[in-house]
Formats: sequence, structure tokens, C-alpha cells
Amino acid sequence: MIPAAFDYVAPTSVEDALAALAEHGDDAKIIAGGQSLLPVLRMRLNAPEWIIDLGRIESLRGVRDDGDAIVIGAMTPHAVVGADPLVAEHALLITKAVEHLADAQVRHRGTFGGALAHADPAGDLGAPARALGASFVIQGSGGTRTVGADDFFVDLFETAIGEDEILTEVRVPKHTGWGAHYEKFVRVAHQWPIVAVAATVRMEGDAIAEAGIGLTNMGSTPIRASGVEDALAGQPATEDAVHAAAERATDGTNPPSDLNGDADYRSHLARVLTRRAVLAAAGA
Amino acid sequence: MTRISLTVDGARVSDDVEPRMLLVQYLRERLGKTGTVIGCDTSNCGACTVHLNGTSVKSCNVLAVQADGGEVTTIEGLAQDGQLHPVQEAFRECHGLQCGFCTPGMIMQSVDLLNSNPNPSEEEIRLGLEGNLCRCTGYHNIVRAVQHAAGQGAGATS
Repeated sequence: MIPAAFDYVAPTSVEDALAALAEHGDDAKIIAGGQSLLPVLRMRLNAPEWIIDLGRIESLRGVRDDGDAIVIGAMTPHAVVGADPLVAEHALLITKAVEHLADAQVRHRGTFGGALAHADPAGDLGAPARALGASFVIQGSGGTRTVGADDFFVDLFETAIGEDEILTEVRVPKHTGWGAHYEKFVRVAHQWPIVAVAATVRMEGDAIAEAGIGLTNMGSTPIRASGVEDALAGQPATEDAVHAAAERATDGTNPPSDLNGDADYRSHLARVLTRRAVLAAAGA
Repeated sequence: MTRISLTVDGARVSDDVEPRMLLVQYLRERLGKTGTVIGCDTSNCGACTVHLNGTSVKSCNVLAVQADGGEVTTIEGLAQDGQLHPVQEAFRECHGLQCGFCTPGMIMQSVDLLNSNPNPSEEEIRLGLEGNLCRCTGYHNIVRAVQHAAGQGAGATS
């Protein structure tokens, strides 16, 4: 199928994109890499009158070092993020999650900011963003504001980005030297996870000093498993200790039931995958 | 209508297109490059894989207007001077196809994989091709074909 007809504009600056958004408002939809939006348009689940393409805005691409954080431009393709040495050094969890995100072709086109702004709870980047305490830089006609990961994800496919705003970059606090692992459970290759767990840990000797844990597809938004994080702090990276902490993985979750599994099954997966992810991240 | 200009298989082309036109439609319906096929409606199967600006994409999931100014290589642009590309040769040599429908996408993705990793392990090949489906489930010979092509130095020459 092909999308319903729309008008198209490809601005070359964020300011021009915001002006187009202000002009067309509710009738417009922003396209980043389009790897989620185009299937939606082709299946006619949405039919905007205007498409505003951010693909020509060079300032939205790339990864840079900014003191205690790395900054990932919203339009940086997944493949570029996944291969970036700064990301691997300071936010290894993102490298690990991107490695198994969709497939190679989609990683070439799809973008870091586009996927996060799409806010699919089964998407692979929300959980790492929460585990790492990322913050989101959002630009509107009145200037920019920064929203923390705990407040960015509002509901299913809904974020703190206003209708007249654009996500420009994601700031990730440096987690230099932290171990990381993304444990993704899928039924079919290159699909969305039924459940996935993002884990990153700072080790001191054989003990876990600090941990960041995020859950994919365990509710209407990506979830930060702070109960597990608290329970892991100061514990040895042993099977028993991690097993006990992982029992808290379902605290505050509200997993969906669908054809891939019911909520109980997802809760079971969350505990098992948390255990595996933490042990792998700790190198145990 | 939006005016686009791009390079497809080495030739400069320029056309007025509807913004909603998919790149794969443009290639097949405007340029007659039917070597690139459409296998699904959900960007799952990878049969429509082409290279856009040097990396593989699913051309059913890219708008033609997004490719404006870019460089596209399709399965029809791989052979040079009547000589099949080494990956095409390898698919023939190893019988890396049954019905052949997925083959254009499999070959384009294999070329992309070998460009970034000239000597992939079997697991890396299977992961590298995970976005391409073969309904005949002929994956074993496809993997062998990619290994054969790698052994012939296809990644270094393409």
C-alpha cells in the first residue's frame, strides 16, 4: 500500500521546521528516519496533510562530548550511534541496545531521536535512556527546555514534546567504565521485544556499587526499575544476590497481555531477564 | 509534485514525483528497474533492499523525495561491464536461492554486510541478514554464498 496524499516540506534548520510546524499545526506530522512512521502511513493508520522532514537539518546529526555528558543529535541514525566510540566509552548500554535494534537496513535509516520521540513502549531505546538518566532537549518557538527521562515518557506513544516543539538532542550522563548489557527476548528475529531489560553497573572489585536498570514493554512507557537498583547497590555480583534483587523487577510495572504473552508471563520474563542482564553487565 | 534529482545505478535522473511516492515505486514504475521487488507491506521482508548513499535501506520504507540528491544502487547496478558482482557470482555458485524472489534484497544486504565486515562469521552473516526473509527457508545456502563471496574477497572489491 502507499500513503494517502500529503504535502511535503524539508526545512534545513530547526527554526524553519518550527515555523512549518506552527503554520500547519494539527495537520502536520514530523518525519525523522521514517522507519516507524512510513509503515503507519502506508497502512493508512494516520493520514497527515503535511509531512515535515527533518532529514535535511545537519545540525541535528552527530555525537559530541560535553563535559560530564555525551550529546546525541536527534537525527543521528542508529547505525552511527551504534558505531560511535564516544557512546561506547561513556554509555555502553546504548551501544548494546542499538546492536539488536530492528535490523541493519532499519538501523541505517532510523534515528535515535525519532525512535525515542515515537515512544513505543516496545522500542529498544527508552529503557536504556531511563537506566542512564538521559535528558531530552526540546526546542520550541520560545526557546529550548530540558526534560529528564523520568518525565519525558508520558504514556503509550506520548512524550513531553509539545505539538509545537521538536526534540533536538539527547544528553546522556557519562557512565564511563560501567558494564552494560541489553537482554532482549523475541519470538522472531528483528522484531520488537516481548520484554527486554537494560542493565548498566559500576563495579567496585567484585561488588556492584551502583546500577541502572530499565525495562522495555512492561507498561505503557519504558520503566526504571529503581527497586532493583536499590537492592543491587553494594551487593556482590553473584547469582544468589542478583537473583534476590531481580525479584523486585516487577515493582510498579503494568505489563500488557497480548498474543505474544500475558501479563504474568511478562512479569516472569522481567525477573529472569533482569538477572541475566545484570550478571552479564557485571561480567559475572 | 516535488522535483527530485538523484543518481540511480550511475545514471543521473530527474523527475517530478508526488511526495507520497515510495522509493521502490519510483525505481520500478518510473525507471523500470523491476529487479528491485516488493515483498511485503510492512517493511519486514527486505526484498526491496537497495543502497542509498552507500548503505542498505528498505526502499519500500523511504520516500522518493527523501532520496533527493542522493545516490542509489539497485541490484541492476551491481554488475560491471557484463561481469556479475562477486556476491552475485557466489549466490549462483552456491545455489543461494530457490524461488529467487528474496534474492535481489539478499544480495544487496550481503554486499552491504561485506562492505563493513569483509570476513564475517556464520553468526555475523545470519545476524547481518536478519532483516531479509526467505519464504523458501533457503537460508543455509544463502549463508554459504556469503561465506564464499567473502572468501573471494568480495568485501574488499565492492
